[in-house]
Amino acid sequence: MTGHDSQKPAVPAALSVGRAVPRLEDPKLLRGQGQYLDDIALPGLLECAFLRSSAAHAKIDDLDVEEARAMPGVHAVLILADLMPKLTSGRMPLGASPTGGQSNSTPFVLSNSEVAYVGEPIAMVVADTRYLAEDAAARVKVAYTPLPVVTDARAGMSADAPTVRTELESNVLNSFNVGFGDVESAFANAAHVFSDDLWQHRGCGHSMEGRGVVAEVRPGDELCVWSSTQMPHDLYYMLQSMLGLDQDRLRVITPDVGGGFGPKYCLYPEEVAVPAAARLLGRNLKWVEDRRETFISSIQERDQYWTVEVAVDANARLLGIRGRLVHDQGAYAPKPVNLPYNSATAMSGPYMLPSYSMDVVIVHTNKVPVSSVRGAGYPQAAFAMERTMDLIAFKLGLDRAEVRRRNLIPPEKMPYTKKLKARSGAAMVYDSGDYLASQAEALEAAGWKDFPDRQARALAEGRYIGIGIANAVKGTGRGPFESGIVRVGQDGKVSVYTGATAMGQGIETALAQICADGLSLPVDDVRVIAGDTARTPLGLGGFASRQLVTAGSSVHLAAKSVAAKALAAASVILDVPQADLELKDGHVRVLASNRAISLAEIARTLRGAPGYAFPAGTEPGLESAMHWRSDSLAYANACHVAEVEVTPELGQVEIKRYVALNDSGRMINPMIVKGQVEGGIVHGIGNALYELMGYDDSAQPVTTSFQEYLLVTATELPFLETILRETPSPINPIGAKGVGEAGTIPAAAAIVSAVEHALAPFKVRISQTPITPEALFRLVESSKTN
Amino acid sequence: MHEIEMLINGRSYSGLAEARMTLADFLRHSLGLTGTHLGCEHGVCGACTVLVDGASVRSCLMLAVQAKGAIVETVEGLAATDGKLSPLQQAFQDTHGLQCGYCTPGMLMTIVELLRENAQPSEAQIRDAISGNICRCTGYQSIVEAVLLATGGKSAGRMSE
Repeated sequence: MTGHDSQKPAVPAALSVGRAVPRLEDPKLLRGQGQYLDDIALPGLLECAFLRSSAAHAKIDDLDVEEARAMPGVHAVLILADLMPKLTSGRMPLGASPTGGQSNSTPFVLSNSEVAYVGEPIAMVVADTRYLAEDAAARVKVAYTPLPVVTDARAGMSADAPTVRTELESNVLNSFNVGFGDVESAFANAAHVFSDDLWQHRGCGHSMEGRGVVAEVRPGDELCVWSSTQMPHDLYYMLQSMLGLDQDRLRVITPDVGGGFGPKYCLYPEEVAVPAAARLLGRNLKWVEDRRETFISSIQERDQYWTVEVAVDANARLLGIRGRLVHDQGAYAPKPVNLPYNSATAMSGPYMLPSYSMDVVIVHTNKVPVSSVRGAGYPQAAFAMERTMDLIAFKLGLDRAEVRRRNLIPPEKMPYTKKLKARSGAAMVYDSGDYLASQAEALEAAGWKDFPDRQARALAEGRYIGIGIANAVKGTGRGPFESGIVRVGQDGKVSVYTGATAMGQGIETALAQICADGLSLPVDDVRVIAGDTARTPLGLGGFASRQLVTAGSSVHLAAKSVAAKALAAASVILDVPQADLELKDGHVRVLASNRAISLAEIARTLRGAPGYAFPAGTEPGLESAMHWRSDSLAYANACHVAEVEVTPELGQVEIKRYVALNDSGRMINPMIVKGQVEGGIVHGIGNALYELMGYDDSAQPVTTSFQEYLLVTATELPFLETILRETPSPINPIGAKGVGEAGTIPAAAAIVSAVEHALAPFKVRISQTPITPEALFRLVESSKTN
Repeated sequence: MHEIEMLINGRSYSGLAEARMTLADFLRHSLGLTGTHLGCEHGVCGACTVLVDGASVRSCLMLAVQAKGAIVETVEGLAATDGKLSPLQQAFQDTHGLQCGYCTPGMLMTIVELLRENAQPSEAQIRDAISGNICRCTGYQSIVEAVLLATGGKSAGRMSE
């Protein structure tokens, strides 16, 4: 070699990517210095409260707001007609950003003539304080004429069922078939056919911080809106359209977000009503959801009823699955019907399935509207498939893991094309992963092989222990793009701007790591600015475990582009060939010499100070904007093994062990990955055992506080054992796959598998979640009498 | 309206409050100490936990007037005056004991109380102490590990990664 190693990369290899770098978000949050929505203080800020329907379905005959309006401290009591002068439509747009596509299934900004679920907003009170606003809301007099309700989607789909809204001709919002292959001949030629009816209920998202909106009126007819949302850019486009605002007069900011989990993916009537009222009154307004409002007005991802028939050959290999999926949509459909489509297309998961036919029916009921909660349709699909796997094993007297092993897609078949289309219309191609090795590793760690002996010994002592398994695949990194802008400041510090939304998952740290490595800088020198439409013109936001894959790829490419630009500029400034330069520690250094120029100095030079020579052949500004595009999904996979002990007399389930293997591709920060997986598992455990959003026969919600709706607390959990595999994705430049939902998807199926196994002596079949103590007790009792 | 004075994190604060105003709202909105968070406003989630005269309370269930003359401790008082995180706060960062950070102030104050009573809690005692604090993000394990790290305790769990 002469002079320098020509193979040496101009930017050193990873410094922080792959390491458990402490989160940049933490110090302020630990000091109580985070700024969440309710912390935003503005001059003359007034507070709002919503009067919500107490009826599940009713015609509103009369609304008397006069008494409320006259109360001291009350500035306004508004109904839809009052807001209309500031709105282009009284009804929310379908989906989010599309400005057209009006449908008669979206909610109203305020609903003044008919209400279709308990919690639907009717009127809005603006007062000096929230206390006064709630007082006044209680004084609004509403005269209702009750109308018939639909509480069960299966009953609601019949032709003679009453409609959940009088404007509808039928409660069936949509129906379609998802399928491939010759399912009829698969069943005709099967060695065995089994069937089951399944119900999965998921309850609510319940981020600890509820939703909230602040609207600030600014001079020049400008408006700044803060929202605790996963989708600031969608909110921007939607508000621009709904308020008829010039694009330069609107700014949407997402401050620190106290958790999302799906419900903050949707755009809500309150996010329109509050800004519209602010413009109407010329006042700064705030509304913060309280927990009761979460229960009755934030999106839930609710019930699906599956009827599944499976055909297998003599060796328990899948030949075909057919059935029907009834999806309870609630009273409105704020988003298109993505969720049941996800469920239907995700059912076969990590398995090879030659034929499939699922009839999907989406049915309105008089309950809170439905959109995504962590997993977005996948947990129901995994539950249906994994319960089916267990059923095959039980009927054929085979080991449950063995049945799965025979049907898993082997690694040599990767990439594996499912005969289905993703929502983007692209083919559903599993990019990478070793499902057989994943399952084997999880089983080994969990002591699957020895369990029958342990179970027999326990049973001899009168203890009912069981072990359960579930696999899952999750399509992550949904496009079509996310933005990443990397800008080197005049002091050499770097700002990353992105449309990705920080909602507590650590995306800022992960993006900072990617950027820091791309520019050979310490992570602390990088600041990530997310969730501000004025500073990031293009973006989508947080959903479908997509942000690290999409924004991470953009930031990676942008940082590389900035590095290349810095090297090119330094070559001109220093008059040294680029091949003799390397970027290291924030400087471009001349190899085999002491000469160097800092990124700060290059940034200052490329700023182009007036009167000074600009380096020839270089572009102004040391920055790059990337919008990495993708229609493909990166498929993360997981295998969970749960061990439980059940007390049949009490219907009580104690989780004794939980082993979770997760493969989300290349890990940028394993600590964050582990945290996401563990949080996801506990969400799934809640779905399996505790979380029930209850309604009575008149569609009145009966769980509207955390005293009735149970979330998992620390004492219900064993030590979670997490195994992290790393199979890079070939479809994006950083090799990453999403992780946020992968922990949740198989958890309920694994727990239920274990509970059923523990109760094997009673021969119970569990076909639902949550499996509450009462439900379990009844199953055991009825098995005794049978 | 009632005039209330209290000592918060070693500093005297006073303000006016209606009889029905909660301590949480008084801290947050009247005094601008927004570190204390509200998650449920019915005493179950624990995000609003602060210490009043040394004992943990749900500041959403206590009225501000009830804290008149009291010594109140909130999350803002945990770090050193130069901003250095307390050992417990630092342990939270080191073990990834927080994600969105919303429940974190209540978790920290609950654990501060625990550690004053029991400097070396077992894993079970820690889980018991935080069983009234809901965290939707972390799955709790990293929080338990943070307390064990801060107190030199050991996790009973099996580490398999």
